[in-house]
Amino acid sequence: MSTVTVQLFASYAETFGGPTLEVPLDPGSTVGDLVLSIKALPGAYALPESPRIAVNRRFASFDQVVHPTDEVALIPPVAGG
Amino acid sequence: MSRAAIVARPIDPAHLIAEVRSVDFGAISVFVGTVRESNDGRSVTAIDYSAYTSMAESELASIIAEAGDLFGVSAVVVEHRVGALALGDVSVAIVAGHAHRTPALDCTRFVIEEIKKRVPIWKREHYADGAIEWVDPTQSTGAATQ
Repeated sequence: MSTVTVQLFASYAETFGGPTLEVPLDPGSTVGDLVLSIKALPGAYALPESPRIAVNRRFASFDQVVHPTDEVALIPPVAGG
Repeated sequence: MSRAAIVARPIDPAHLIAEVRSVDFGAISVFVGTVRESNDGRSVTAIDYSAYTSMAESELASIIAEAGDLFGVSAVVVEHRVGALALGDVSVAIVAGHAHRTPALDCTRFVIEEIKKRVPIWKREHYADGAIEWVDPTQSTGAATQ
């Protein structure tokens, strides 16, 4: 099993105590699988039901397959403007 | 000519207007967002903005491209600031030029609404009572999103 690095920002970096998470990744795992793994971690109670994930700088659907080399980020509710 | 950037310095809307200005345009629409002193009934003293910069600039570029398709506007400049901002500071400026006013006005409105939905930028407000909290528009009472 490999892992993927998940970038964290803003409130989520505080929730998990750092700027990244290393999350186990089975071959063929999807964004939805990744979210389930993240939601099993300590502190994940602060996440919404369906947190937004970006893969390679674009918002990803839950059925998108994730690869270990992808740039993955867990996106808190945005508040620009 | 269009451009979008996340910047860590003060934004000067006059510079953005000068960048867009052209004799081809009869209208230049400008939206400037500034830091206000209250949010959801609480007294705000300052705001820290942060961003996932590479994705934010990519999303801004996508929004500008979509605005071009929707409104036929080919000259849009957007800057969003990150870092520590004081009351009254400019947090975002959007400038759109077009031959006519309606596409220019519609474009700036579209861009700011899309920024609020999908550009990965966050703000942490400092309140007069000493509290510091991340702003979550999905949890606000609604007044802050107007």
